[in-house]
Amino acid sequence: MPDLAPPPEAALPDGIVAVVKRACPTCELVEGVLGQLDTAGVGLAVYTQDDPTFPVGVSDRRNDTELVVSWHHDIDTVPTLLRVVDGVVTERLEGWSRMQWEAFTGVDDLGPGLPEWRPGCGSLSVDPVLGPKLAVKFSGSVLQARRVELATLEDEMEAMFERGWSDGLPLVPPTEERVLAMLAGTDRAPDEIVAVVPPQLTPCTVEKVAINAVMAGCRPEYLPVVLALVEAGCTDTFNIHGLLCTTYFSGPVIVVNGPIVKAIGMTSGHNCLGQGNRANASIGRAFQLVIRNVGGGRPGRDGIDRAAFGSPGKLTFCFAENEDDSPWEPLCADAGFPAGTNTVSMFAGHGPSAVVDQLARTPDVLIDAFVRKVASNFDPKFFARRLDNLMLVIGPEHARVFADGGWDKWRIRAELNERLFASVGRTAPEPRWDSPAIVFAGGDAGLFSALIEGWVSGPTGSQMICHALR
Amino acid sequence: MTTLLDPTNELQVATRPRVERPAVIEGMTVGLLDITKPRGNVFLDRLQELLEERGLRVRRYAKPTFTKPAPADLRHQISQECQLVIEALAD
Repeated sequence: MPDLAPPPEAALPDGIVAVVKRACPTCELVEGVLGQLDTAGVGLAVYTQDDPTFPVGVSDRRNDTELVVSWHHDIDTVPTLLRVVDGVVTERLEGWSRMQWEAFTGVDDLGPGLPEWRPGCGSLSVDPVLGPKLAVKFSGSVLQARRVELATLEDEMEAMFERGWSDGLPLVPPTEERVLAMLAGTDRAPDEIVAVVPPQLTPCTVEKVAINAVMAGCRPEYLPVVLALVEAGCTDTFNIHGLLCTTYFSGPVIVVNGPIVKAIGMTSGHNCLGQGNRANASIGRAFQLVIRNVGGGRPGRDGIDRAAFGSPGKLTFCFAENEDDSPWEPLCADAGFPAGTNTVSMFAGHGPSAVVDQLARTPDVLIDAFVRKVASNFDPKFFARRLDNLMLVIGPEHARVFADGGWDKWRIRAELNERLFASVGRTAPEPRWDSPAIVFAGGDAGLFSALIEGWVSGPTGSQMICHALR
Repeated sequence: MTTLLDPTNELQVATRPRVERPAVIEGMTVGLLDITKPRGNVFLDRLQELLEERGLRVRRYAKPTFTKPAPADLRHQISQECQLVIEALAD
């Protein structure tokens, strides 16, 4: 998140500036050294974080107990020496080192009798308790969302339910501290418009995405994924508007590819479509909360989500592909991105439905289990054109059978299309990357795969989209 | 007190400020709203006498049932016909 311009009271005088606190033993150790520097006339100003009477023996001692200077100049450690030229910090030195301090100040014989070197202490401006409060105090004005003040006797959790912000599960209260911390997960400006969100076609800022990501339970490092989802989901291609309004079961199904999967701890293995992984669960939920709260898309009498049944995945349905163990190119490569690109893929679907075959030892036999499954789940009139309303999540043990037999994903698609359409007396269309989409994921024990059924595909419905993270 | 950031598109107002108390009430029309709890009318009858003695116009209204909020039409009617409203809540 970009910093605001520092206020005038954070301006530093030219010369050498020291930032200290009395509670730091190293600062106490160098109290006499600071006096030496003052006497030597190096143009020294000392800012003190806790005790305004410390250090003694310095003529230009300044009070920074409000931590304005320390926070705005990113002081991590005390003591810190800064060299200031024309109001700009050109050099900094942390802790005590006689050699370095003498080189920095040009004054010899500093601190006779002191040890050669001592590390500093943590600055109060980065104190775990004070830090988030200072962030709100000094950079909270970048947040433009309306402040909702809860009464003292109001229960936070109940208040959020009552205001209609929840998908039915408890939310993390979006305080200024938490939202500022969330915004540290991106270098995009809080007021940047990410997308225009259906159904109310509301321009949605990075800040609003961050607020909903906090409520969903995301960590800051998940935010780039959520931002990419809002960008991809609000396109005409994916058509979240229609997907929200439909009486059908489906909701957004999300697959994440690329190194970010491991970086943020998503799972593509055991129970990857189930509960228990924070990143999987909260990222999918955050997207749906943006649709609910920013887009105004709600189920029930006062909303336009008219699903007859819905499906549990409408709370969250988000997982990763297991690129390391896959015998095939990743999903993002199917969509035209180089393998290794951080992407989100969105599919309008619901499920999963189990594909079970524990006996097949060749691809030719195993594929028939998929054909039977798809045929039983799809009325022929729905696969009259192509299988782009279908996602197959192939588990490692099934994938091994296909790969050992030399089948890649294109062969699987071709055979599935040909056998399925032949079963209803039709000619199979040319398979595309998304007809069906194939993802490698799941636990390494279990001769199963997962079929995820889709909603209306094509230009009148939802088309699968793969979108790179910025 | 906790302050939260609004996650919505902010198309709905979160709170509405109260109308200022009028400095002078002479010349105004006062609505007396009976929520139809027993004997609320006794209280409102006396209020009406006192208000009319001061030369104020008084109009009487009643909710169809005290168990539900006043119908939107009734609320609108009162807002159009009166500058002040007094509601009798007591049994």
